[in-house]
Amino acid sequence: MKIAVLVKRVPDTASVFKVAPDGKSVLTDDLKYVISPYDEHAAEEAIRIQEAGGGEVVVISLGGGDTQEIMRTVLAMGADRGIHIAPPEGLELGGHGVALALAAVLKREAPDLVLAGKQAVDGDAAQVPERVAELLEWPHASVVSKLELGAGKATVDREIEGGKYRIELPLPAVLSIEKGINTPRYPKLPNIMKAKKKPLDTVTLEDLGLSADVVRSQAEIAQVASPRTDRRNKIVGGDTAEAAREVVRQLRDEDKAL
Amino acid sequence: MSVLVLLEQRGGLKACAFEAATAAREIASAAGMELNAVYIGQSLTGQEECLAGYGIAKVYAYEHESLSHYSNDAYVPIVRDLARELDAKVIIGSATALGKELCASVAARLGVELAQDAIGAAWDGGLVAKKPLYAGKVLADVRIHSIPAMVSLRPNTVQAAPQAGPTPEIVRRSMPEVTLRSVIRDTAAATAGKIELTEAKIVVSGGRGVGGPEHWHVIENLAEAMGAAVGASRAVVDAGWVHHAMQVGQTGKVVSPDIYVACGISGAIQHQAGMRTSKIIVAINKDPNANIFKLCDYGIVGDLFEVCPALAEEVRKVRA
Repeated sequence: MKIAVLVKRVPDTASVFKVAPDGKSVLTDDLKYVISPYDEHAAEEAIRIQEAGGGEVVVISLGGGDTQEIMRTVLAMGADRGIHIAPPEGLELGGHGVALALAAVLKREAPDLVLAGKQAVDGDAAQVPERVAELLEWPHASVVSKLELGAGKATVDREIEGGKYRIELPLPAVLSIEKGINTPRYPKLPNIMKAKKKPLDTVTLEDLGLSADVVRSQAEIAQVASPRTDRRNKIVGGDTAEAAREVVRQLRDEDKAL
Repeated sequence: MSVLVLLEQRGGLKACAFEAATAAREIASAAGMELNAVYIGQSLTGQEECLAGYGIAKVYAYEHESLSHYSNDAYVPIVRDLARELDAKVIIGSATALGKELCASVAARLGVELAQDAIGAAWDGGLVAKKPLYAGKVLADVRIHSIPAMVSLRPNTVQAAPQAGPTPEIVRRSMPEVTLRSVIRDTAAATAGKIELTEAKIVVSGGRGVGGPEHWHVIENLAEAMGAAVGASRAVVDAGWVHHAMQVGQTGKVVSPDIYVACGISGAIQHQAGMRTSKIIVAINKDPNANIFKLCDYGIVGDLFEVCPALAEEVRKVRA
């Protein structure tokens, strides 16, 4: 079985995010970058399937030059090779453009299964795996917390509010992965060394037959700001019973929320 | 030219459907466009009158037994074709588990941009969505130029506000012929009878301070008294005390209740990402320096094993 894993390089959300002077972006100088956590689960799942039943795992990512760093991490986890889609510097791709580029690579690769994190934790846009599947006209399921493979089909648990669906899909299919599915491994040092020699190809949008106009984002960030900080920070004192009574009174009588 | 709102159902219409309709009404009114809605499900019968007062001209109802549960194969072509038929310039959906999947899939089929999980959307000559980025540490105004512009709204962030107005015309449509590739084999409610986290008006969450799964009933008891859903911090989920479906935070659920009660939770960034947009935050922690007190509205410094039962008793008293 051939499995493609889609990953993204994102800022570690534990970083401090400062609004840039232009008011439309955040300062990136001090940010530490990581592989988006859900993508790690997707990679782990793909590698486990390959370890159990053979086949090939191809890691695919779109982004700037440093993207290859996180792709090497996935290769060190056990993926066989990588394809890095490098868009021209300064070109902003939207969800649609990113999906077009990924779908173009996947069409060429023709995997049996595509796994990706349910969302990347930078913009939490939660749409690229679904878009890729729709562009390829392949069946798909989102927020998958359990995956079983059968002959030409996948059976998955798909989390929904307060429960789950068990869905059966024919392959090839695209699945977006939820964190409960597995615990990603840490790559071991010998594997990190080995990963440096694994093939990692770079393709351009041109190679994929996509012009900048087709993939350019049709959305723009007009303004960014820090979220609300107007919390009341009211520490309610007194003994426990008094404090509890006062908080309930506030919530009920003043805020009309209870 | 029109605005199209996607009315989500699970059995009946969900609360988020009315929230999306409220946002869509304001956008349609500001843009001078007609507002229409689409319902896909088993049957809208009996719920038509609930849809009065949202300025909806027509509700296109696709009703069939096989449509009661969400399916990409069935739902996506319906919305795509209807958006084209109605010349929709704006499509508003809900950022629920299934709503996000539907919106992303429709956006792909229409080749347009989508602001997913927005906490507001408005029209000022074009569509602008308010969208949290980087675990909610930054709020962006995203201007969407694609036609249609698509937005999915996080549940509980827009207040459903019907006005006086007529019941919309219901246009009943037959289900288009599609081949269902994905098949739902089973549906399971993980927390039967309990209030769902992301839709709850009140959430009570427990953290490491609870000490162990044997003490978790303290959290559940307070939640029950308040009529709240139960959440948990990542530490508690990772320790295996509760199921990961209960996790509030960046790698868990994002909630926006009217009241969020954090019990024995330090308030790590990863947790804040999941509850920052709550309207009122109450914190209970024995450490007066806990981070959570910096982002709470009301804080009680104390032992949660005393404070939670006291709060539960007080709530039961005033509600009795």
